[in-house]
Amino acid sequence: MTSTTDLHNEPTTASEDSFIQGVKDCVPTLLGYISIGLAFGVVGSASGLSLVEIALLTILVYAGSAQFIFCALLLTSSPTSAIIVTIFVVNLRHLLMSLTLAPHFTRYSMLRNVGFGTLLTDETFGVAVTKQMQNGKLYGRWMDGLNITAYAFWILSCIAGAFLGQWVANPEKWGLDFALIAMFIALLVLQLGSVGKHKIMHYLMLIGYMVVMMYGLSYVVPSHLAVLLATVIVATIGVVTDK
Amino acid sequence: MTTTASMVWLIIGCALVTWLPRIIPFMFVRSVKLPDVVLKWLSFIPVCILSALVIENLLDTESKNFVTLDWPVFITFVPTLIIALVTKSLSITVVAGVIIMASVRFFM
Repeated sequence: MTSTTDLHNEPTTASEDSFIQGVKDCVPTLLGYISIGLAFGVVGSASGLSLVEIALLTILVYAGSAQFIFCALLLTSSPTSAIIVTIFVVNLRHLLMSLTLAPHFTRYSMLRNVGFGTLLTDETFGVAVTKQMQNGKLYGRWMDGLNITAYAFWILSCIAGAFLGQWVANPEKWGLDFALIAMFIALLVLQLGSVGKHKIMHYLMLIGYMVVMMYGLSYVVPSHLAVLLATVIVATIGVVTDK
Repeated sequence: MTTTASMVWLIIGCALVTWLPRIIPFMFVRSVKLPDVVLKWLSFIPVCILSALVIENLLDTESKNFVTLDWPVFITFVPTLIIALVTKSLSITVVAGVIIMASVRFFM
């Protein structure tokens, strides 16, 4: 009796908790990492950052939008405190993402959890929540495979961009900046595809609220803050209007 | 030119304020059982944040004194959304989106 359930469960667990599967699931996001990373390398060297500084930023901060804003603030010679506060606010959305994923990893050790959090990005978050919606569960080795692949490609692309500077001076011309947006669109569609039929109208209504909030907030706060505030407000509307 | 001590400290400062929001929930959720209402709230975060990241790019907040659509991005967004809905594929959507964006920029 029990052996039947074991036989049924084991292959699923083995293939789901696989580092290699995590690497494979990261592949669709790589075009985004590579193009934005190259662009960052180019912008970084154009802003007067040395190769060592570009590498340090990429390895230690590991957040695309924050790295671009860092360059912009350096160019306007903003004070150190202003740069650090801005980077903090820009990356505060990770708190929401980390809070969303963390309950699925409580069975792993503290050290592994710190590892999952350290390499969390918009993209790995998107892939992981979509996986969670489809499979109902998330696994540590899979998450490591996803995270480490993304991290490695980001570092390589940023450094390559710093070297190749002059040849890809205008990645926008090739539409490469759209890679990330396209990825978020696809992840959103996949998310909506996995919510039940009876919930879809509720979710579409929330997206409508997101449009209104984002538009309104864009007048009063910078867009990274609009992302954070609109998400907090509309998720709350989601709880209140949920039946 | 390589780097200066003050630049290294600045980068370390930025790294710390980026790292803490990423790891604190992972450290603290292990020992606390989140109430159902918080879990429910968190269940809406993925869709909200993914829409926010898309909408952020569709809006042009800089070139005029009122917020408008970023037309080239919006024109690319519509077919890309359709491709995502039809194929349900991350890779196809990304490659198609980049090609459409490049063509839109070429013709506009």
